[in-house]
Amino acid sequence: MKDSYDVLVVGGGPAGAVAAETAADAGLSVLLVEKRSTIGVPVRCAGRIGKDELSRFIEANPRFISAEINSVVFRGLEGRKHSSSEDKSSYILDRKVFDRELIWRAAEAGAEIQVHARAAEPILEEGKVCGAVIEQHGHRVSVRAKVVIAADGVESTFARRAGIDTTVPAFEMLSCAQYTINNIDVEEQTGQYFFSAADAPGGYCWVLPKGNRCVVIGVGIQSSKSDNGLHARNYLDRFVSKTYPKGKSTELTVGGMPICRPLAETAADGLLIAGDAARITHPLTGCGIYHAMLTGRLAAETAVFAVRTGDVSKKALMAYDTAWRKGDIGRALLF
Amino acid sequence: MITIRHDVCGYCGACVSVCPGGALELIDAYLSVDTELCKPKCRACSTVCPLGAILWREE
Repeated sequence: MKDSYDVLVVGGGPAGAVAAETAADAGLSVLLVEKRSTIGVPVRCAGRIGKDELSRFIEANPRFISAEINSVVFRGLEGRKHSSSEDKSSYILDRKVFDRELIWRAAEAGAEIQVHARAAEPILEEGKVCGAVIEQHGHRVSVRAKVVIAADGVESTFARRAGIDTTVPAFEMLSCAQYTINNIDVEEQTGQYFFSAADAPGGYCWVLPKGNRCVVIGVGIQSSKSDNGLHARNYLDRFVSKTYPKGKSTELTVGGMPICRPLAETAADGLLIAGDAARITHPLTGCGIYHAMLTGRLAAETAVFAVRTGDVSKKALMAYDTAWRKGDIGRALLF
Repeated sequence: MITIRHDVCGYCGACVSVCPGGALELIDAYLSVDTELCKPKCRACSTVCPLGAILWREE
């Protein structure tokens, strides 16, 4: 690790990886730090992304694609079919493999990757972000950067420590639990979403094929609406025993899915915030892989311009905020 | 006042993002709470935890 870079990226998920690749490709010196020792785990996602959306970033490859979905069925009470859509052509990704693929691309583009390295706090000078204190293997080192891109996910703390309130209101956080279930009969190319207040109060259940007679079954609830003391995992157990009583679960995934509005401002002096850390997800489904990659790329493009022109002020970096709000994901939020 | 049950926690970080005081932090697989910053009547974290790993009780 050097003591200064053009761009410091905090977080090695899809937002951070694409940001690091984009900035490194443009010739900037880039350091990406990931607090975990392994990229891609623990998985906290069902892995669905539109085919067109994926193709804007990476060529589809069977290595990281578990299944394809050609139709989506929405079900209401008692599992009755409510509507279906045939044009929702999408992939279910194997995030463990996919996230590593993205990181390798960033590394190939020239970005330095440090794992098990945590950005403990920003270096602030007169309120401006000028880098971060990195903790790794028991040591703390100060790393300066012209621009920091915070892509530290749903449990983001970096932007908060830089003075931006990133709190997600509890009622706008879907509390989720998901099993991977093997060896069952499934419709291999259909995704199903169940909207029923009894099965998932304030949220929904999903069943998505993973290929090879395997599915992921998940439940996301608004915890404030749950029956006394029941958590997402309790609802999941209930739903699974009802829908796939003979299924064998081989993996448990838990997580929070922000369904709130994005941060009011996703840039500050020397700082850009991307993906889940900026609370940029699909407002209904909470899907966020595409949102993460797109905002990661846009953040890096803005960072490249800012570094080249020598202006990393909030005013200059707000070009990123404007860019993603004007694009397809921003427009989708104006419902 | 919250108690984290580390044997139940799935270290997903849902609680961290809803904590208005910034009292929670997830470092790798370990969730910690800064009791100075924790707001006694809040309960946001114990509410959203998918596994019920955070116990809340009145002080």
